[in-house]
Amino acid sequence: MTAARSVEHAEHFESLERQAHAARLGMWVFLATEVLLFGAAFALFLTYQVQFSHAFRAGVAHNTKVLGSVNTAVLLLSSTLVACAVHALRRGDAKLAARLVGGTIALGLTFLVIKGIEYGKHFDEGIYPGGVGHYFTLHPIRGLAAFWTLYFGMTALHALHVTIGAGVLGVLLHAIVRGRLGRETAYRLEVGAIYWHLVDVIWIFLWPLFYLA
Amino acid sequence: MTTLPLTHAAPPGAPRSAAHASYLDTETTLRSWLLTTDHKRIGVLYLGTLLATMALGGFFAMAIRLEHLTPDPTVMSAMTYNRMFTLHGVIMVWLFLIPSIPSAFGNFMLPMMLGAKDVAFPRLNLLSWYVFIVGAVLVLLSTFVGGIDTGWTFYPPYSALSPTAVPLALLGVFIVGFSTILTGLNFIVTTHTMRAEGVGWMQMPLFVWSIYATSIIQVLATPVLGMVLLFVVVDNALGWGLFDPSRGGDPVLYQHLFWFYSHPAVYIMVLPGMGVVSEVVATYARKNPYSYKAIAYSSLGIAFVGFLTWGHHMFVAGMSTFDAGAFGVLSMLVAVFSAIKVFNWTWTLKRGAIALKTPLLYIFAFLFLFVFGGMTGVATAAMSLDVHWHDTYFIVAHFHFIMVGGTLTAFLAGLHYWFPKMTGRLYPERLGMLSAALVFAGFFVTFFPQFLLGNAGMPRRYFNYPAEFQVLHVVSTVGSWVLAVGLMSTAIYFLWSLRWGPEAGPNPWGSRSFEWRTASPPPKHNFTRTPPFEIGPYDYTQPLPDEAP
Repeated sequence: MTAARSVEHAEHFESLERQAHAARLGMWVFLATEVLLFGAAFALFLTYQVQFSHAFRAGVAHNTKVLGSVNTAVLLLSSTLVACAVHALRRGDAKLAARLVGGTIALGLTFLVIKGIEYGKHFDEGIYPGGVGHYFTLHPIRGLAAFWTLYFGMTALHALHVTIGAGVLGVLLHAIVRGRLGRETAYRLEVGAIYWHLVDVIWIFLWPLFYLA
Repeated sequence: MTTLPLTHAAPPGAPRSAAHASYLDTETTLRSWLLTTDHKRIGVLYLGTLLATMALGGFFAMAIRLEHLTPDPTVMSAMTYNRMFTLHGVIMVWLFLIPSIPSAFGNFMLPMMLGAKDVAFPRLNLLSWYVFIVGAVLVLLSTFVGGIDTGWTFYPPYSALSPTAVPLALLGVFIVGFSTILTGLNFIVTTHTMRAEGVGWMQMPLFVWSIYATSIIQVLATPVLGMVLLFVVVDNALGWGLFDPSRGGDPVLYQHLFWFYSHPAVYIMVLPGMGVVSEVVATYARKNPYSYKAIAYSSLGIAFVGFLTWGHHMFVAGMSTFDAGAFGVLSMLVAVFSAIKVFNWTWTLKRGAIALKTPLLYIFAFLFLFVFGGMTGVATAAMSLDVHWHDTYFIVAHFHFIMVGGTLTAFLAGLHYWFPKMTGRLYPERLGMLSAALVFAGFFVTFFPQFLLGNAGMPRRYFNYPAEFQVLHVVSTVGSWVLAVGLMSTAIYFLWSLRWGPEAGPNPWGSRSFEWRTASPPPKHNFTRTPPFEIGPYDYTQPLPDEAP
């Protein structure tokens, strides 16, 4: 019964293929929106980096490269797992797919924990958004406040996306476990995975800007 | 394997069965409206909401005009005046003009024009309305907790420091932006995936092309505004100081990002209006458009070039002459695409079998006001002239000619044109034409004097003004009363027609466009049988199978 229900398409679509196509296209259009949302923040970052290159170098030097790079590895691995999960579900191996999605969510949470540790470290050092904290009285460099404000703003927005992405994958995981998501409807997991990849790709740009450049 | 959803009904040409209840009659409870996923009902929900916000924005406009009746304080304090013009701008731009045609008529008509049962994501569509309501409520709440006095452009550093309810209003606009994005996303995907058999890209009614182009701008520009408004919110509420020059911030950067959205936003407003014009002109001229492709592609052209013109708002904000020249030329390029459309429409009307109805009268108003506003736009795109007119009433008059003269007249044309389809009833034609004349005359008398005022040096957003400007201000205020009378009489006869209007029948205008090939009001799934889509939406050379004797 559940298997028969899962292949039915929504009433207003001609076929399941059309519906899958619409879902994929919808997600890609949404990703374009997300890219421009972050694009505005990147534009701000680049402008201030040109204006205050000295302060931005000091800011990058202060960040912990190891934590940022570990987080990059964590996210890249998570993206690999979710991509494998899509392939597993397409083959009909729901059990493996569920495990892989579970692993992806766990890695996403690991990322958030490491990010939280970093934030705690900054707060201990007296670095808060808006140039508040004793760190800025010790280092009166013009533009340093802008670096850390953008750091907190952009990474927090990214962390919010990680959280939402993990939530979406959680809902999909629930559906796989309950048998509501199978071979025919693997496109739903694919759409969720595409979103997760975007979260990953955004970090790939945040990482060099805040830790390496 | 799966049957096509539309083919199991009666064969083409068979008479419609009266058993199909219209979308208005299937369920009538409030709950069924608030939880509906029917694109037609969502379109009606939007239309009702937007007419209410328009009335509110119009009320603020009337208050501003009344204040300018005398050079000194007339009816309000300077602070109230600041709040009034800010709210007028915020409400009219984000709560009326931007969603007006796409969210109301786009939602109702676009799926029907594609022969689809609904949009691709019906639940997302309903969500977008609720998101809009939440954002609108936040904006309106801000009026009760101090209002907002920054002007609708929210320029920092003042917006970062203003003690008024800036964060609340900006969060509201931010949330409304999400609603716009969701609607745009839905329309793009619907256009790609929901076209019925026989509706190829070049067989779509032109309204769909303009909504499609609009949706691209909505999806790509709105998030930039969202981000930048969010930064102003934290600047104001938490003191982050990203745009505060006293802390190293760059307020001009805000202007760049703001206009990167807000200039394309003008095309979000006017492109759907152009879509309405294309439909109305073809229907009442009973002719195919002079060049379908030119109109369709120029929509995309405007959408694309519109992204490259934002700098013309900032000629006096510190810009190299090269940049100013480049932005000026690119801005003028928009006029080329617009002119392609205008020439196409006028050439379509030429030797057409014209049926002069109220919507077409509004289109004549559109053509005149849009060309007038557009030409003054080309003039202000030149830096040398813009420096003289910047932040004067000349600019106010220019953008009201485009946004109100363009979008509002097209909106009213669409409202009259599609009212029979949406409600199944006709409006009184003579009253409609009289009101259209009043709206046009009122608008022109309100805003034409503002060109003269601005050219003479009257700055915008000033509470008081020198006595020699009073005559023109009085003329402008009187014009606003005529405009208000025209709009109010329109509202009254529409309300009257909802109940007492004569039955419209499926196709009162004899249009060939797809949305007219079903009952008025349409049944829940739009078409009770496969519509004969082999006859194109502008093919007036042969009768529709239904209407063949």
